[in-house]
Amino acid sequence: MQNVRVETKDGFLTLTFTGEISIHNLQSIIDFTKKLDFESYTGKTIFDFKDLTSVDTASAIYINKLLKKYDIKLKAPNKQIVKMLELTKENSDKSFEYKPDKLDFLQKTGLYTYKKFAFVISVLNFLGELFVRKVKLLNIKNFRTKELLYEINQTGLKALGIIALTSFLVGIVIAYQAAVQLKIYGANIFIVDMIGISVLREMAPMITAIVIAGRSGSSFTAEIGAMKITDELDAMRSMGFDPYYFMIIPKILALIIVLPILIFIADMFGILGGAIISKTELDLSFMFFIDRFNEVIAFKHFFIGIFKGPFFAFLIAVIAIYRGLNVKDDTQSIGKNTTKSVVESIFAVIVCDALFSVVFTNLGI
Amino acid sequence: MQDIIKVENLTTFFDEKIIHNKISFNVKKNEIFGILGPSGCGKTTLLRELCLLEKNFNGDVNVLGYDFNRLSQKDEQKLKESWGVLFQFGALFSSLNVYENIQKPLLEYTKLDKKLIDDIIRFKIDIVGLKQSDAYLYPSELSGGMKKKAALARALALDAKLLFLDEPTSGLDPISAREFDALILKLRDLLDLSIVMVSHDLRSIYDTIDRFIVLDDKKIVYDGDIKGVKEVKNSFINTFFSLGDSV
Repeated sequence: MQNVRVETKDGFLTLTFTGEISIHNLQSIIDFTKKLDFESYTGKTIFDFKDLTSVDTASAIYINKLLKKYDIKLKAPNKQIVKMLELTKENSDKSFEYKPDKLDFLQKTGLYTYKKFAFVISVLNFLGELFVRKVKLLNIKNFRTKELLYEINQTGLKALGIIALTSFLVGIVIAYQAAVQLKIYGANIFIVDMIGISVLREMAPMITAIVIAGRSGSSFTAEIGAMKITDELDAMRSMGFDPYYFMIIPKILALIIVLPILIFIADMFGILGGAIISKTELDLSFMFFIDRFNEVIAFKHFFIGIFKGPFFAFLIAVIAIYRGLNVKDDTQSIGKNTTKSVVESIFAVIVCDALFSVVFTNLGI
Repeated sequence: MQDIIKVENLTTFFDEKIIHNKISFNVKKNEIFGILGPSGCGKTTLLRELCLLEKNFNGDVNVLGYDFNRLSQKDEQKLKESWGVLFQFGALFSSLNVYENIQKPLLEYTKLDKKLIDDIIRFKIDIVGLKQSDAYLYPSELSGGMKKKAALARALALDAKLLFLDEPTSGLDPISAREFDALILKLRDLLDLSIVMVSHDLRSIYDTIDRFIVLDDKKIVYDGDIKGVKEVKNSFINTFFSLGDSV
């Protein structure tokens, strides 16, 4: 230890400090002093501060504790040290008892239940506000065409590429896996049925909804959340611009309009992917593929796929916007809510899809 | 008294726009030093350069004995631990409460045990004039003045000897602003701080600042204390300080 020296003389324990003690070397002083037996030298310990140039508040707090506990005497502290010790002593004498209440099990359970309950209420509240107050009063005057078109561009046009690419690849994957199996049974031509139905009915709507939930859902949440933190939403309200008409309804409508179109694109590219693999793996020509497609794939499969679009779109948009409005005043909650928004909307889309499956099967469609 | 900040021939530019053109000044130990000037003259930029947040400059800057032109990664880290910065809007971490905001640098840079850190935090909260019950509030629950006090406590967490304040009294009501001025003066004396601050607040300039520079048109148009400023012929200085006469 370079800046403390210990001596015992005539039954007195003397610690000589040199240099300065600051928050950066305080821990080594603490470690050093912990090894010393102050107990048996209570009232007989001397801190020699003659060569100590300065202490900071953190170390003064620690020194004061030692002084008080073991009745230590100081020798020749300089002005700065005296001032620092005085300053921190004043404060350490005050009671620092305030601690927030710790919750017990019952309180925690209650709080948790209440929060869940409040969550359900707030979802209902949001939906109620949206439909009963805003959609009902929507008319040509407060309908924002420009915002709607902007959102369509953002969520639709700009997503075309990624939707086309993902569904094309999914088409290829399905066709590849099926081709191997069908070849074994010599049932090559059934690849058309398989790709047609699975892509049109399930894959295209699902893939589109998942990509859009990740792409537009997350951006809705983050955008609205950030606007909430920076008080922009309140600023809009104070100027009489209702965020529901300016942002929320255009966003929901845009997705409802755009998603069926994107599903249509996904249909086309998924089938294209399948057709290409049918050609390369099973030697089915494009002409044959289209002929067979026309024969075996009923129009209802295409229609069901498109029909799901607006429902998925509504779920994604509403969840994303609700999550955005739910952002609290700290930056972390943007991240949390964005995560929740994407996870919840994908989950909701899957649940909705399952419901549709059950309903359509029972209806015989 | 020794200089803790020395700036020589500092030139700052953003793209093709020159912000400061060869300015030189120094800050002495234990001094409250002001950077004044009209809006957009680069006061905050200068402050950001001094605390290594902005590196778009030429010239010699020396802070606490470190030359910014030959700064190793390690020196830079060391420097950043040895000063505190108070941002204009506090910039408290919004997901942490006041207590955790102050605790953060202490946990990160020291190996002290929790109990002692607790004492240190409570001391800092006390010394900046917050109540102990404010410790568990989140930044969004604090008023503007409390936010600045909490941010000041965080800036002081590691016992910085040098403080950079960016418009410490802006956005505060006059009473809180005067309280904050008094607090800064008190802390300077108690903790032997050196303070560099950007300010627009005339009262605060009269009450707290020992010496200041006035930036205008890329140059320093005045460097000295409040007594000599009236003699300078510069339109900004004349308008700005004549406001002080009517106050």
